[in-house]
Amino acid sequence: MTPVATPFFFYLLAATMLIGGILVITCKNAVHSALALIVTLLAQANIYLMLYAPFVAGVQIILYAGGIMVLFLFVIMLVNIDRAMKERQFNSQWWVGIIAATALGGLFIAVYTKGKSIFPERIPSIAEGENTQRVATLLYGQYMFAFEIASLLLLVAIIGAVVMAKKRI
Amino acid sequence: MHDLIQYVQSYLDPNVKVTPGAAGNMFWAFVYIMLVFLGLSVAVIAMNWLERKILAHMQVRLGPMRVGPHGLLQPIADALKLLLKEDLIPAGADSFVFWFAPFIVVLAAFCVFVVVPFGPQHAITDMNIGILFMLGVSSLSVLGVVMAGWASNSHYPLIGALRSSAQMVSYEIAMGLAVISAILMTSLNATGTGTLSMIGIVEAQKAQGEWFIFKFFPLGLIAFFIFAVAMVAETNRAPFDLAEAESELTAGFHTEYSGFRWSLFFLGEYTAMIAVSSIAVTLWLGGWLRPFPNLLNSPTWDTLFSYVPGATFLFLAAICFYNVARMPKHPYFRIQTMGLGAFGAALALIGLILFIPVVSVRVQDIFWFTAKVAGFQYLYIWYRGTFPRYRFDQLMHLGWKVLLPLGLGVLILTAGVGLLQIKS
Repeated sequence: MTPVATPFFFYLLAATMLIGGILVITCKNAVHSALALIVTLLAQANIYLMLYAPFVAGVQIILYAGGIMVLFLFVIMLVNIDRAMKERQFNSQWWVGIIAATALGGLFIAVYTKGKSIFPERIPSIAEGENTQRVATLLYGQYMFAFEIASLLLLVAIIGAVVMAKKRI
Repeated sequence: MHDLIQYVQSYLDPNVKVTPGAAGNMFWAFVYIMLVFLGLSVAVIAMNWLERKILAHMQVRLGPMRVGPHGLLQPIADALKLLLKEDLIPAGADSFVFWFAPFIVVLAAFCVFVVVPFGPQHAITDMNIGILFMLGVSSLSVLGVVMAGWASNSHYPLIGALRSSAQMVSYEIAMGLAVISAILMTSLNATGTGTLSMIGIVEAQKAQGEWFIFKFFPLGLIAFFIFAVAMVAETNRAPFDLAEAESELTAGFHTEYSGFRWSLFFLGEYTAMIAVSSIAVTLWLGGWLRPFPNLLNSPTWDTLFSYVPGATFLFLAAICFYNVARMPKHPYFRIQTMGLGAFGAALALIGLILFIPVVSVRVQDIFWFTAKVAGFQYLYIWYRGTFPRYRFDQLMHLGWKVLLPLGLGVLILTAGVGLLQIKS
């Protein structure tokens, strides 16, 4: 079976992600921004698929595109878009933004030029058919403690949200 | 040229045991995609007619009777009417989002069928993350509903979309918990690893000799019940059709839609119903497996069960012929009588073809899967004819305070009983 992970698809998905990302920050209408973000997230899920990580791709679609973004839209839909669009857009964090962007760009350039010595030449070929099972063994075996801590943090966040939303418990 | 013929023939071999997607056979994958698309379209048309007929009979009415014999051509007449209607876009609407929303609903509903296993080799492809893919992609349809409601720039659609998104997001959780407890059951084998692949799940039921609905009675049954309730809420159907409660919201999120775009929502809704029903069939009702594969497993029973598909079609044909005899003898009904007779003859021909052993061996998987899904479609119509619509707070109460704790409890109990079974 010929692999579909060809450079063509990578460039297609990367271009979709970049255009989507740019649209997120340039659209004046908040709902359009959210929709562009969904496109970006879906393209990202496809890139995970290209990296032979189908489980991560599935979780990305369920959690981000199907769950979190629906809640985003849920809130944004109730905003009065007409008034929000007339407001002047402002950005008072130019300096922080420029520094962060330069640092990230520098990192990318460093990886691009010296990447061959940092990363292995080829990724070890892992059978795609066992991806989910391997993720499970790692999560519930080697990284059990970190996994449980993360779930505890999420539980704390849920309780916090309930406490803040409810006036009387 | 010779290569091409070999390519085509390679899959006609009855010994093929993989799906065309897994075999990397582009030609047959394409054929399967077309077949699934065609089958779904026919199923949606049939569902439209059946729903109106069955609801009518439940309410002691006749239902559509004018267009074609017993209204059989009514869905086609409806489709033509919808295509000829003007496609309106309201002046205040966000035209691009308004234009695009129905496509998302239809795409999400159809994409899911890439992994639906109609048989051990009758699926477009088999994925390692099959069930995850199905749940994920079908959850994207809520985006279409939300976009449609917002882009209409009108009050009723907005309220409908808000209700719909809240409902679908909260029932997804109960649904997910029920699905996880079924997936947990697939791991009760010698190696202790389960599977998310749709074909793998059915194979696990075959290997364990038990449909998961009967596994660890009543745990499997409760999980199935949770899924069966949540899937009605997921597809926005009665009694949970608050998103389009016509007594309060005219038509909910698609109030402003007309013509072709409205029919796309309709198509998406019915396809999604078939999609979630096929998840339920795959996870709990043994997918393509025939009834009692272990209890009645002698070759005699095999041949007997292989006659069922053909016999079903012959039975349908017999009903048609019976109604041909009952048709009024007035000349005005002559064309209708002939049409019904021709329909019956076509059904009888399909039935006879299904009796050929070579065909029935290849096709009976598809028949059993489709028959089980069709049972769910009847249930959907039955619910709509029986239950009064829920109030929104009752809906949320049911989702969060009844189904969610029940799902969690079933999951923990399933894990516990499974552990005990492995230990012993």
